[in-house]
Amino acid sequence: MNDLTLEVQGLSTHFFTRAGVVKAVDDISFSVARGRVLGLVGESGSGKSVTGFSVIGLVDPPGRITSGKILFRGRDLTKLDEREQRDLRGNRIAMIFQDPMMTLNPVLRIDTQMIETVLAHDSVSREVARQRSRDALGMVGIPSPEERLTSYPHQFSGGMRQRVAIAIALLHRPDLIIADEPTTALDVTIQAQILAEVQRLAREVGTALIWITHDLSVIAGLADDIAVMYAGRIVETGSVEAVLDRPLHPYTHGLIGSVPSRNARGSRLRQIPGMTPSLLNLPAGCAFRSRCPRADAACAADPPDSFPVEGRTLRCFHPQLEMMA
Amino acid sequence: MSESALPEEPAAVLPPQETPFARFVSEYAESPVAVVSFIAVVLIVAIALFAPWLSPQNPYDLAQLDIMDGRLPPGAKSPEGWTFWLGTDDQGRDMLSGIMYGLRISLSVGVGSAMIACVIGTALGLIAAFAGGKLDGGIMRLVDLQLSFPAILVALMILAFLGKGVMNVMLALVIVEWARFARTARSAALVEARREYMEAARCLALPKWRLVFRHMLPNCMPPIIVIGTILVARAITLEATLSFLGLGVPITEPSLGLLIANGYQYMLSGKYWISFYPGIALLVTIMAINLVGDQLRDVLNPRLKR
Amino acid sequence: MTTWMLRRLIQAVFVMLAMTVIVFIGVNVIGDPIEILISPDADQAERARAVAALGLDKPLWEQYWKFLMGALQGDLGRSFVFNEPALKLIAQRMPATLELAMTAVILSVVLGIPLGLYAGLRPNSIGGRTIMGASILGFSLPSFWIGLMLIMVFAVQLGWLPSTGRGQTAELFGVQWSFLTANGLAHMAMPALNLALGNIALVLRLTRAGVRENLPMDYVKFARAKGISPSRVVFVHVLKNIMIPIVTVVGLEIGGLIAFAVVTESVFAWPGMGKLIIDSINVLDRPVIVAYLMMIVLLFIVINLIVDLLYTVLDPRVRLETKE
Repeated sequence: MNDLTLEVQGLSTHFFTRAGVVKAVDDISFSVARGRVLGLVGESGSGKSVTGFSVIGLVDPPGRITSGKILFRGRDLTKLDEREQRDLRGNRIAMIFQDPMMTLNPVLRIDTQMIETVLAHDSVSREVARQRSRDALGMVGIPSPEERLTSYPHQFSGGMRQRVAIAIALLHRPDLIIADEPTTALDVTIQAQILAEVQRLAREVGTALIWITHDLSVIAGLADDIAVMYAGRIVETGSVEAVLDRPLHPYTHGLIGSVPSRNARGSRLRQIPGMTPSLLNLPAGCAFRSRCPRADAACAADPPDSFPVEGRTLRCFHPQLEMMA
Repeated sequence: MSESALPEEPAAVLPPQETPFARFVSEYAESPVAVVSFIAVVLIVAIALFAPWLSPQNPYDLAQLDIMDGRLPPGAKSPEGWTFWLGTDDQGRDMLSGIMYGLRISLSVGVGSAMIACVIGTALGLIAAFAGGKLDGGIMRLVDLQLSFPAILVALMILAFLGKGVMNVMLALVIVEWARFARTARSAALVEARREYMEAARCLALPKWRLVFRHMLPNCMPPIIVIGTILVARAITLEATLSFLGLGVPITEPSLGLLIANGYQYMLSGKYWISFYPGIALLVTIMAINLVGDQLRDVLNPRLKR
Repeated sequence: MTTWMLRRLIQAVFVMLAMTVIVFIGVNVIGDPIEILISPDADQAERARAVAALGLDKPLWEQYWKFLMGALQGDLGRSFVFNEPALKLIAQRMPATLELAMTAVILSVVLGIPLGLYAGLRPNSIGGRTIMGASILGFSLPSFWIGLMLIMVFAVQLGWLPSTGRGQTAELFGVQWSFLTANGLAHMAMPALNLALGNIALVLRLTRAGVRENLPMDYVKFARAKGISPSRVVFVHVLKNIMIPIVTVVGLEIGGLIAFAVVTESVFAWPGMGKLIIDSINVLDRPVIVAYLMMIVLLFIVINLIVDLLYTVLDPRVRLETKE
């Protein structure tokens, strides 16, 4: 049996704005296996979040999935109607958002927001739904969950709210959780707690996880695989060890070089010159070429195709295959 | 000097200099509805101004009226052979002429009171913004109290104390409207006071009144003009309402509201025109002014600028 | 919470006192009470007697004190026209006005919220645009003229609804109400709708703006990501957030509706206190005018208090702050 929970093939999600077409996600492919964690890395505006929303089916107009397949346990999600997608949402596929201060409805009690999630997918009594909500709160480490059920979101701290959001995501023990930068808005200590918690839960439940972030250090400690996005395309994807130890794409290389590290103390922090290009009417060819030290005429002509090399998939004409200095 | 050769070039690249007014006009003209409304306002004002020369009849000249012509439907012929296009009222007055003269009164009361309220309210708003402290607190408390009661109630109260009459209606309208001008002027002034040109003017040690009225006021005008336009429409509506209730202008100076009230009793017997056409005139006036005000707000509001 | 309530009550008392001063000054200082109170054909002796009887020869503060003491005991004078206590007259007419205003409130919520939701969820549809266009009319058209047009169309031309009056009433709690009989309801339909029009437009615009503002928020997307039905997202998640400003505004507008009923009642000859005050102003029935003004101010203050209380019930964030 195919052990892949999610397999995305050639997915494109474009936004048809008045100013032109924004190719937020452009022909990307990746997969996540059961119980594995995929780190989706990129700068803001690189299309990470849109990828997440495409998978869970929450791309709003003027955005639209224009091509590609999203195979979730063998079913193509792009072929499902709204009703079938809704049955999966929050049930088999769950999502955690970036800012815990904004994701919970401020005027509804926690129990209301949890019980409705249970009842949306399972026909159980309110009592049972409440029971399960309480258990979920306990599972993510919220003390005295029974009392906290009747609280309002503003009575929780940011970290606690994110735990509630995670508890809601876990209510139906989903096969896939998409976490969209869930720790960036939190303190570093709380970040570490939440990371450890999610890692443990994913392992226990056997959930596949897509962890969207711009923070490479989080990925290094958490993910099994990594996909690096730049301007709507995945430029390099493979196992974390392979990619982080020996990045082949010049962008990945630059990205890793710009992370401050302990052993490089005193040396100048490297940075990638230039700025992320506007996704509006992106010219043909490799989007990174204007910032790339290795770019030449070939990069401007056609977008490079993805090809497998050294245990990963790469999208570059001039990978840094030679040994690094 | 070496630079002397340079200046010609950049000037040639720049587009022809656009005056602020020309830019304002072109931005305003972007909405066809607003242009039509503006033309309508100009026409209405012209009709009101030139009513004595435009109207077929002087509706106040009793010698021209014949009670036998009373309540004729629109299109009926007068004994002299001309047509009552909009019919006649119970006195045999040509409705079209009545409406033209009514517009004069409605507009002058509405515009007049709004202008007085504008002067008083703007002055108080600027003073509040500039004086700060207790004076500011006192003026704004008064504004809040005033605005927490509906305009119709305040106007009723004043007319109950003072009795009817054109002057009293105008006074009531001024009292109802000054607070909105004061609030608008104050918030605009508070924004302007932080601008650099005010800093510069303060450094020149100019007298305070000069600072406020010569330097600041012109820059506070856009929001005041916008609210002024809308308040003129509101004043006209309120005057019409009060006159309809019999508390406004006296019967000798019938505004549109009073004309509508006069026709009310005949409407139940199907003689709709005595009320209907003055109502349409009132409606067109108010809508046109409001639409002009809406467009002014869109054009003058810096927050909406692209 | 209690200190907050107490502070609001003291504030209310002060506003009330300020209003008695304004009304007193308005009637006794700005207006000439003799001219208002005594018929112009009275002779000198009669005038002097009246001045003494009314205490107009006493110093102003003493006159005010007498007025205030009377007001506290519910004595605001007797109507010249009806020769009855002014307050009793107002109280008799109040139910008619209140039921009209309350029906208008219900109409503005029942019509305004669904229309606003529709316009907010489908802002670019023909329906949504039409609703917004019509709401501008609801704001800017003079209400009395719309009332006349309603009468012309539905009473005169079509003959569907009665044009004026209150129709049959039935008793409840010792008061006569129109909304209890079919005939009364038919009489109330046009005036209530007329009175409500401005508020329907207001509620509609507030709702639409709220929907537009809330839909892009993360909590909506999160709710959708939970897989709950779209109707639950709109009617529970979004609507509960929008209700806070709507309840506040609608509550504060009730006072305005009661005041504005003056116009509607005059158009439809609805025998409420608004019609009474217009008649009283026209015949200069001073005690009734004073009683009406004091009553209205009292109503305003009570309504504002209730709205503040409701606000804390609806918004859990405010509730917490007041507890601490």
